[in-house]
Amino acid sequence: MRHDHLITATQLSRDDIEAVLDRAAEIADDPPEREAVLGLLFFEPSTRTKMSFDAAMKRLGGTTVDMGSVDSSSVKKGETLADTVRVVEGYADALVLRHPSEGAAEMASRFVDVPLVNAGDGAGQHPSQTLLDLYTIRENAGLDDLTVGIVGDLKYGRTVHSLASALTNFDARQHFISPESLQLPRSVRFDLHQEGAQVREHTDLDGILPELDVLYVTRIQRERFPDENEYRQVAGQYRITPETLDAAKDDLVVMHPLPRVDEISSDVDDLPQATYFEQAHNGVPVRMALLDMLLENAEDGAGGVSS
Amino acid sequence: MSDHQLRVSKIRSGTVIDHVPGGQALRVLAILGIDGTGGETVSVAMNVPSDDMGAKDIVKVEDRELSQAEVDVISLIAPEATINIVREFDVVEKNRVVRPEEVHGVLQCPNANCITTEAEPVESEFTVLREGVRCVYCDTLLREDIAQYIQ
Repeated sequence: MRHDHLITATQLSRDDIEAVLDRAAEIADDPPEREAVLGLLFFEPSTRTKMSFDAAMKRLGGTTVDMGSVDSSSVKKGETLADTVRVVEGYADALVLRHPSEGAAEMASRFVDVPLVNAGDGAGQHPSQTLLDLYTIRENAGLDDLTVGIVGDLKYGRTVHSLASALTNFDARQHFISPESLQLPRSVRFDLHQEGAQVREHTDLDGILPELDVLYVTRIQRERFPDENEYRQVAGQYRITPETLDAAKDDLVVMHPLPRVDEISSDVDDLPQATYFEQAHNGVPVRMALLDMLLENAEDGAGGVSS
Repeated sequence: MSDHQLRVSKIRSGTVIDHVPGGQALRVLAILGIDGTGGETVSVAMNVPSDDMGAKDIVKVEDRELSQAEVDVISLIAPEATINIVREFDVVEKNRVVRPEEVHGVLQCPNANCITTEAEPVESEFTVLREGVRCVYCDTLLREDIAQYIQ
């Protein structure tokens, strides 16, 4: 992978993705030494993403500096994001940014010379999550001749946008299951169409469930609906229980970027199909591999293909 | 077309925008910020029969020569347009619009949650597609109502 930054999944080729996953697979046994400092800039709350980047950098032998919460930082005083990243790049060898606005990572990357990873920009993209999702799919179902169902909030779900785009690199049929009000945004459909992806949209999960190798569940947020009743009705419609899975293949891989609320019932957790905790754990080796490769690139001054 | 067939008289000096797709003239005027209150002399012909286009619009604006940024945006809704600069009744320059690959600082992103709509030191940037434009930052597609988002 020869990128300066990781901003969007659309910048990743199949070779890029496989290079990161291959390195992730071997990294636990033989971690490279990277005595680097990673700057953590999270303008939105995060548990998994932030902690796994933190753990990944430390397991590589480096350390992290953390902006802390927005409430306690100079952002509160009205500093622009462009200023914040230009300051923090002086403290760190690479940056990880989460921000509530779409396009924040793309903009920030133009102001810094160190590698920057988009850890979520509003309802935009979350490409490092996609890499760990693909790692999990590869380990459990393989990445060829694959039928994937993605269910939930496809409109605002940044993990969905990145995953859908990255899957166009592989021989994957994609089914999108959501209420009509939460279907994929036009920009993502446009990209999928451009890539000639095999895509179908559904409002009902039952019809397509038996065909799926992977079921990727995402959270439908209450605030997306005008009233509580409508939310409950929709959320209930896509809830995954052990009974739901009776209709699915025995080796279905059930994934979720977490946190879940109740879209997957807790009695699914002990079933062999439940893969979401393994998926979350994969965040560390995959982010170790990603950071290692971005830092290696920066050190070589290779530049390569700019994102 | 002989003089007695002309629907709109010749202008002395200014710009004639010809080969605008039929029905788009008012959007061209919107792009130029012309709503009648500025006092410009403007002639508009709409849905004029055209051999090449079926129906076309023509916009004539007196005493004004367009900027490159204005031409760039017009090209987005009128890719076949010709821009004729007229001085003393003569066409001194006749240019086809060229669709730029990108437009900078001309359009506002329609996505209110895009980073370019905040107080950051960047101008908007759109790549020009076969149909419409796309924000380089947040990927939002803008196809209809482009004129509405001119900054």
